[in-house]
Amino acid sequence: MKKLLLATGMLVVFFLPKAQAQDNKKPDLGSIHGNIQLDGQYYREDSLINAIPPPEQVGLMGFANLIYTRGNLTAGVRFETYTPALLGYPASPDLPWTGSGIGYRFAQYSTDMFDVTIGNFYEQFGTGMILRAFEERGLGVDNAIDGFRLKVTPHRAVTITGLYGKQRRHFDNGFTKGAGIVRGINADVNLTAIFDTAGVAKTRFFVGGSFVSKYQEDRNPLFNYPENVGAWAARASVLRGGFALRAEYVYKDNDPSRQNSLIVPDDDIAPGLGLYKPGQGIDINMSYSTKGFGASLTAKSLDNMSFQSDRNAGPFDLNINYIPATTVQHTYNLPATLYPYATQPNGEVAFMGELFYTIKRGSKLGGKYGTKIEVNYAVAMSPDTTLLNDMDGRRFGYETRLFAIGDDMYFQDFNISIARKLSRKVKAKYMYINLVYNNDIIQGAFDYRGEKVSGTVYSDIHLVDMDFRIKSNNLRIELQHLRTNQHLGSWATVLAEYTISPSWFFTVMNQWNYGNKNSDERFHFPFVAAGYITGGSRIMVSYGRQRAGVFCVGGICRTVPASNGLTVQFTSTF
Amino acid sequence: MKHFALILGLVLAASFSHAQSGHFQVPNVKVKDLKGNWINTSNFDNEGKPMIINFWATWCMPCKRELNNIAEVYPDWVDETGVKLIAISIDDARSESRVIPYVNGADWDYEVYIDSNADFKRAMNVNNVPHTFLVDASGNVVWQHNNYAPGDEDKLYKEIKALVGMR
Repeated sequence: MKKLLLATGMLVVFFLPKAQAQDNKKPDLGSIHGNIQLDGQYYREDSLINAIPPPEQVGLMGFANLIYTRGNLTAGVRFETYTPALLGYPASPDLPWTGSGIGYRFAQYSTDMFDVTIGNFYEQFGTGMILRAFEERGLGVDNAIDGFRLKVTPHRAVTITGLYGKQRRHFDNGFTKGAGIVRGINADVNLTAIFDTAGVAKTRFFVGGSFVSKYQEDRNPLFNYPENVGAWAARASVLRGGFALRAEYVYKDNDPSRQNSLIVPDDDIAPGLGLYKPGQGIDINMSYSTKGFGASLTAKSLDNMSFQSDRNAGPFDLNINYIPATTVQHTYNLPATLYPYATQPNGEVAFMGELFYTIKRGSKLGGKYGTKIEVNYAVAMSPDTTLLNDMDGRRFGYETRLFAIGDDMYFQDFNISIARKLSRKVKAKYMYINLVYNNDIIQGAFDYRGEKVSGTVYSDIHLVDMDFRIKSNNLRIELQHLRTNQHLGSWATVLAEYTISPSWFFTVMNQWNYGNKNSDERFHFPFVAAGYITGGSRIMVSYGRQRAGVFCVGGICRTVPASNGLTVQFTSTF
Repeated sequence: MKHFALILGLVLAASFSHAQSGHFQVPNVKVKDLKGNWINTSNFDNEGKPMIINFWATWCMPCKRELNNIAEVYPDWVDETGVKLIAISIDDARSESRVIPYVNGADWDYEVYIDSNADFKRAMNVNNVPHTFLVDASGNVVWQHNNYAPGDEDKLYKEIKALVGMR
């Protein structure tokens, strides 16, 4: 298979320049495009912050995508190398990604009505609560399905997708696959487009549904696991003017697993077997917006919704579904890397409300250039559960209802930001964030010796972000302060970023743990970076001390160990 | 390791053969508009005028800085060159519902689409956001830029003006 791909690739590359040169005369031979990403880090030992270099001293990861397109045909391959992977990568601590090889390859043929893919593919049904195969490279999460997918569009308002395959598990000189088979079918219908052929309806309705099932052989001599586990989802949305209402419900059959065995931890009968209770979840979002104003409300409730194609997989591996965190993803360093929330698929009840408002330019409050205000409140609570004491029988373990709120707060975030352009050259933004972070549940906060801290961390964050523009040069300064009495105590961060458009950027940052109760641990974390960008390519070199922290994209977080050293990153699109 | 060298060779060969031409057609992938309709990206059209395709996300600070800064000069750009900006949000299920309120709240006049499964992002080979492409009247990508620093929009506008024959 690999050789075939290589041969094809070489042929294509060989013919490609000719194909382009003869663009006007001969039939199209197609074109190749792709991208490259290389991440390298040289590690130094820094025992104070528990930064231990790998034996190789250097980590190097590379990704190269090549996509060949000719008319309706697309074929692609991704080469990956981890020699070795950077520390803390991938997200799953269970299985390292090692070696070099093909991480993804596919061929796809699509017309207006049919779209066929063989090989690896990424897919999402609805909001992903029932099925989402995706790659999040920054985290080291990739659960691409390897198999067959067919999409049919019999009417412009109807899309039906069927798929069959096994998921990527990890990487060992090529991607490896999990034990289970994933099968799914999904249909989405734009009702308004069917019945309102003239396109005059002011209210638009959409409905959709999915059925997904997995198969995994039961080789366990002691326990009777269900080999086939089905799940279904139903969704609907209504849009009218600036209003939007979307809801999705998902149900999963009983599926005892390593993950759901954690819900009732005191199990003396068969520890690790898991619960035979079905799972369910619901996600409702309502929003209203008009020029200069936006508001959104989300409510979500989950019960036992971890859904993986291997019942023994770790939390990051072989997930069939994806349940995002109902919280905002912060972008400033301290709130983003110290106390971010990660969804608890085993059970949570979460709410979020948001406001976006632009005070008009020229008004008394808005100033000459207008003022932008954003307010966000999010909370995630434990579900209210009653233990059943049936672990020697039915093994449901507990009972609960959707939106039954328990006593424990998992996470809470209130934040407000005000951004305003003060003059042609100066912009300013102020932000306040209040976080409640239950580390007994989220387990992302560690001390400098790598030990988990217990209890809840309460923190207040103030930050100021200023921009000073000097022609095509720009100086940006961030001041961040986080106050807390728990965990490592308070922090202050100063960041200066100087950019020379369109190519150069320079960053200097220092984070200082000045409020640590242990005066020997009031560490500084200095960091410098410089980079050059031309067209679709970017190279960045950085040097510094990085504290252990959490890195999140889209509600999945990986813990990044402390490190000290030199990093080089290169990305290019061609 | 042999494969590594081979593929690296392939990649380099491909990148250089393109470094010379640099142009490619906007691929055909489906993205969702803010009214919930699926749109083929090959149908992006601006009646013979250039288009900007910008990849962004609600959680990406430089992306929002770029689109907010362009928003201030966008009416002038449209008047002078007829250019259209198409903003492709790569927000996934977590933040997709924030896109419409954010876009309206920020008062943008762009054409916005959602690429929540990252199909278009992959087809355009975008590594990270923000990433900006300039597309000519025949749907060819003629210029691109990764990342954003204040002032980049001036360079972009120069490219747009050159494309429509303004100096």
